[in-house]
Amino acid sequence: MARIDLDHIRHAYMPNPARDEDYALREVHHSWDDGGAYALLGPSGCGKTTLLNIISGLLTPSEGKILFDGRDVTGLQPEERNIAQVFQFPVVYDTMTVSDNLAFPLRNRGMAEAEVKKRVAEVLEMIDLGDIAHRKARGLTADLKQKISLGRGLVRADVNAILFDEPLTVIDPHMKWQLRSQLKLLHRRFGHTMVYVTHDQTEALTFADKVVVMYGGEIVQIGTPQELFERPSHTFVGYFIGSPGMNVLPVTLEGANARLGQHSIVLPGAAGPTIGKRTELGIRPEFVHLGREGMPVTIDKIEDVGRQKIVRAAIEGHELAIVLDEDSSVPADPHVTFDPAGINIYADDWRMKLGG
Amino acid sequence: MLELDKVSKVSNGEAHISDVSLRLESGTLNVLLGPTLSGKTSLMRIMAGLDRPTRGRVLVDGRDVTGHPVQKRNVAMVYQQFINYPAMTVYENIASPLRIAGADKATIEREVGRASDLLRLGPYLQRTPLNLSGGQQQRTALARAIVKKAGLVLLDEPLANLDYKLREELRAELPKIFSESGAIFVYATTEPSEALLLGGNTATLSQGRITQFGPTVDVFRDPVDLVTAQTFSDPPMNLLAMEKHQGKFVKPGVRDITVPVELSHLAEGPCTLGFRPHNLSLAAGPGTTPLSAKVMVTEITGSESYVHLTHDDQRWVMLTKGIHDIDAGKMLEVHLDTRHLLVFDRDGRTVRARPAGA
Amino acid sequence: MDKTWNNKAWFMVLPMLLLVAFSAVIPLMTVVNYSVQDTFGNNQFFWAGTDWFSDVLSSPRFHDALMRNLLFSGIILLIEVPLGIFIALNMPRKGLGVPFCLVFMSLPLLIPWNVVGTIWQVFGRIDIGLLGYTLNALGFDYNYVNDPFDAWVTVIVMDVWHWTSLVVLLCYAGLVSIPDAYYQAAKIDGASRWSVFRYIQLPKMNRVLLIAVLLRFMDSFMIYTEPFVVTGGGPGNATTFLSIDLVKTAIGQFDVGPAAAMSLIYFLIILLLSWVFYTVMVTNDAKG
Repeated sequence: MARIDLDHIRHAYMPNPARDEDYALREVHHSWDDGGAYALLGPSGCGKTTLLNIISGLLTPSEGKILFDGRDVTGLQPEERNIAQVFQFPVVYDTMTVSDNLAFPLRNRGMAEAEVKKRVAEVLEMIDLGDIAHRKARGLTADLKQKISLGRGLVRADVNAILFDEPLTVIDPHMKWQLRSQLKLLHRRFGHTMVYVTHDQTEALTFADKVVVMYGGEIVQIGTPQELFERPSHTFVGYFIGSPGMNVLPVTLEGANARLGQHSIVLPGAAGPTIGKRTELGIRPEFVHLGREGMPVTIDKIEDVGRQKIVRAAIEGHELAIVLDEDSSVPADPHVTFDPAGINIYADDWRMKLGG
Repeated sequence: MLELDKVSKVSNGEAHISDVSLRLESGTLNVLLGPTLSGKTSLMRIMAGLDRPTRGRVLVDGRDVTGHPVQKRNVAMVYQQFINYPAMTVYENIASPLRIAGADKATIEREVGRASDLLRLGPYLQRTPLNLSGGQQQRTALARAIVKKAGLVLLDEPLANLDYKLREELRAELPKIFSESGAIFVYATTEPSEALLLGGNTATLSQGRITQFGPTVDVFRDPVDLVTAQTFSDPPMNLLAMEKHQGKFVKPGVRDITVPVELSHLAEGPCTLGFRPHNLSLAAGPGTTPLSAKVMVTEITGSESYVHLTHDDQRWVMLTKGIHDIDAGKMLEVHLDTRHLLVFDRDGRTVRARPAGA
Repeated sequence: MDKTWNNKAWFMVLPMLLLVAFSAVIPLMTVVNYSVQDTFGNNQFFWAGTDWFSDVLSSPRFHDALMRNLLFSGIILLIEVPLGIFIALNMPRKGLGVPFCLVFMSLPLLIPWNVVGTIWQVFGRIDIGLLGYTLNALGFDYNYVNDPFDAWVTVIVMDVWHWTSLVVLLCYAGLVSIPDAYYQAAKIDGASRWSVFRYIQLPKMNRVLLIAVLLRFMDSFMIYTEPFVVTGGGPGNATTFLSIDLVKTAIGQFDVGPAAAMSLIYFLIILLLSWVFYTVMVTNDAKG
């Protein structure tokens, strides 16, 4: 288990990067806590896999250093970094039995056979594969194979970090719930530093203590799930997290009020000047209250998605999504109010601090 | 209209499809929902005419087409993998079915223009598919299926290989696109949430059988049996085995739950209660009943919390508003909203509400 | 899989069926016909029953040739398969070296068989051949015309030179289809080079290796052209393989009946051995 320091890391796949756009990873400078569970979240091509490969050592960054517990490991090979990794598609050694698969990383490091047996038995119990311990891995289902991969990731107690590269992609929805909660439990129990790459917000939010949202080769926000939900620091975070994503409406600021068309919306605090910048108000569908008071809206469509209803409405000509409970209904003359706690103001897509 | 009449498919002694009867109307969107290997793809192959059913008939507009090969049917198909002609531009890719059909130049131009507008491919028409993102590649495949003006469009997990947000966008657009053509759309997926967002009708599949077919939300709210309810729940449905005894559901260690009047006709004896994660909450409310459970682990999504629980040996999930980080191992009192309770009898059939007084 | 019917497909297959009938079935029937009859020319045939078969099966000449064939196939499999795997493992996976290596590897396969024979026939000659002359100049007593051992070595080296490429190309195809994640996982698991080969590369090459072994076995068992050109079956009968013996019997001595019986036995042996090979390897494969 180790703290991971990413020291001014940049990476380009081309030989002589000149402009910012040439970098797949523009600039990452962060320190990740020992024993933390981190999720790297973002759309494909955002640089999250590049960053993971830099941490695992499969890739050497063009610039910058990476440190485990203060030790520079930038030049070290993956096998020298003492990490474990679980890949998107199950990687199992087909000709070995399930327990030999789990024992493999231990035996390669010359662990005594008695110790290996004990450790493998523990992991088998953790991932619930005791029944098939002596079956050959070949011919097992994708679910089971991926469980073996997870087990191989967990088997070494002394690893600096365990890395996951979209590990649940090939798993059926029901199984995902089980595996995910199991992972979380294991993290609680053993306190490994874990880094989990995914493009699925549910996976990222439920797994991680801290979610690292990436976009266009940059980290746009690192925060707890709650921070990402309530205080997205970039409109992309608001859009990418939450479904539907945050509503973004163009406004002009008037002190502690925001003007949207002919309506004035009270802000939780006054914002600084935004001269020359695009000013927008962000509000999540969960913070929009539909009722008989407030600003009038027209309703396009109501989507019944089971436990919730998603109302697609328009306010002053702008789209507005509203989330309603299963049992709520839409009033005849619909108006909306915005919960001040859920209002954020953005200048050129970055969140502004609202003063008291 | 596409009709499957008692269709079965056995291959190498294994039943892939068992006795499926289904009627799909023109101009509708129909979701096939079920886990991997439940028979979604097998069923689509039979609908397309790629495979011949072992027993049963396939009817199009009342005409028996059971043995007709796929070339003779008016069918388009989109797969999970992005399948396009790699050497052709996007424009040529979309135009290809029209060229095969021998359409004239003006028609091709008009139809490709329409489809590319609908799928927002306008700026990319002169590129080749490999220079596009995954989402754009799949849009190209969808556009090709649409210009074909097929009577039946089959979509086999078309969004499974796409980013979560791209999926959300395409999912929102698809119903719009579907409603513009008069075709029958069949959409296979493993994800209940995808079925709910698409709307339309849903057929739930389990082990090669269709367990229920009807409007999507109705199937979600009123599943006919336990299997359907489980297939159509993500997170999984929570179950509680109880016994009906003198107008109450009873179980040692659990406070009695009054049997709703409309379910009073249920026979005395063992039964199973089913409820979804969002019907459990931390706070008591009108019509709730308390249950005790042990906390295994909590997952927080930012605005809500998934609390994984065990009750006896049953695993439950509670979805509750707000951030609640509860310690593992703690015994917790949770409150079940009985208004949306599902009751299954001994054979796993849902007990249907009987109008009071009947 | 019972696909939807389309009877038109059968018309497409028809030309192929006719071709196979003319090229394989009819000649085979002719051979069967000859094998049970005796003739003294003039197109007169006499029923011979199974005489030719029992003659051939009990002839020491046939046994010797069969033994030579088995020995030859065994040796070249033992050399070509490991050598082929070794070369394939060391070929580059990406970069400019790939096309170069592939073309280089394919070259021997593109040369007609009799030319291969001729090349080696000349190459090994002690008077004008580069190999034969050099060996002798270095003090080795090498002469494939007189010495049975030297003749064997020459034929085997020639076959290895000619056909190892096939094994290499098949193995290479198997190797490049292994996803990178496997190598990465092995690195992270701390696997040695040998473990990577034993647990990742070899299992993933299993199927192509099966094909390689089968092809090489069948081909080597039927070898004719190259030894015929180089040694003509000699010295003595040292390199007289079944196929060469067969031609000697049929054309050299014009014993059509025994030759036909021999061809059938030969054919059945290849069929049987290939089947045994295939079954053994497939069952092995299934067991893992």
